[in-house]
Amino acid sequence: MKSKFLPFSISIIFFLIFIIFYKGLQDTNIYTPDVKINNEIPSFSAELFYSGKMVNSSEIFDLNKYYLLNIWSSWCVPCRQEHSILIDLASNKNLKLIGINYKDKKENAKKFLEELGNPYEKIIFDKDGTSAIEWGAYGVPETFLIYDNKIIKKYIGPLNKHSVKEVKLLMK
Amino acid sequence: MKILKFFFIFYFIFSFNYSNADNEDIKIKITKNLRCLICQGQSVYDSDSEFANSLKVLVDKKLEEGFSEKQIYSFFKDKYGEWILYDPGLNKNTYILWLLPILMFLIGGAIIFKSFIIRK
Repeated sequence: MKSKFLPFSISIIFFLIFIIFYKGLQDTNIYTPDVKINNEIPSFSAELFYSGKMVNSSEIFDLNKYYLLNIWSSWCVPCRQEHSILIDLASNKNLKLIGINYKDKKENAKKFLEELGNPYEKIIFDKDGTSAIEWGAYGVPETFLIYDNKIIKKYIGPLNKHSVKEVKLLMK
Repeated sequence: MKILKFFFIFYFIFSFNYSNADNEDIKIKITKNLRCLICQGQSVYDSDSEFANSLKVLVDKKLEEGFSEKQIYSFFKDKYGEWILYDPGLNKNTYILWLLPILMFLIGGAIIFKSFIIRK
């Protein structure tokens, strides 16, 4: 009995280890933070891009309105790609676009907007990148759909046709 | 009186230095325990990515605002999830991680005890 038990338990242990490692192989090893839906938007004070005025987040977002908060930068190549999509979205009357200019030089950012157009109603100037962290972002571009001071949807990376469709669907 | 003044000035300068040094130590400790999400596998302290640098600035700000170490960890955990901490707390998602080594130790001990000590 005893002589059978040991090889049996060892083979079971090896089998379990094999399964764990095999499953581990299929997992991606790049972690993306969980997207918390219906999370309250963070309360923060920030500098406005053009006027340089300090504002609180509560002054930017009204209840009962849809907002698209987009984190962008003039040095970020994917932001350039998605900019035409943002300009299209800005024509939507029910949606207001707010930009967070992430770790950028004002001159470069202004040139970027002059060249490609300005879809944003307001832009927050995030010189040291701390406002983006308040939003739980870790890179550019990232986009948040906000309604009633809550984050409904978060997009990491540039927006595409599929995400635009989704945004329009969520707003219905 | 002059001596007393000098003493106070010295005391003030040195206490100021100490409090600053304390903050710096805590900042290093905290940033070493935060994982950089851009260059994964490196701590925020070791990393020089844009994200990590912003995180360092924010840790500094929070310390100045009077946040404690625990409050800062829970702030980041709230934003990015448990994964951002190198030293995760014990909760329903991590109990296997914490209990498995103890369990293995106990099972191993039991096997050794059974096969060597009882046999004797």
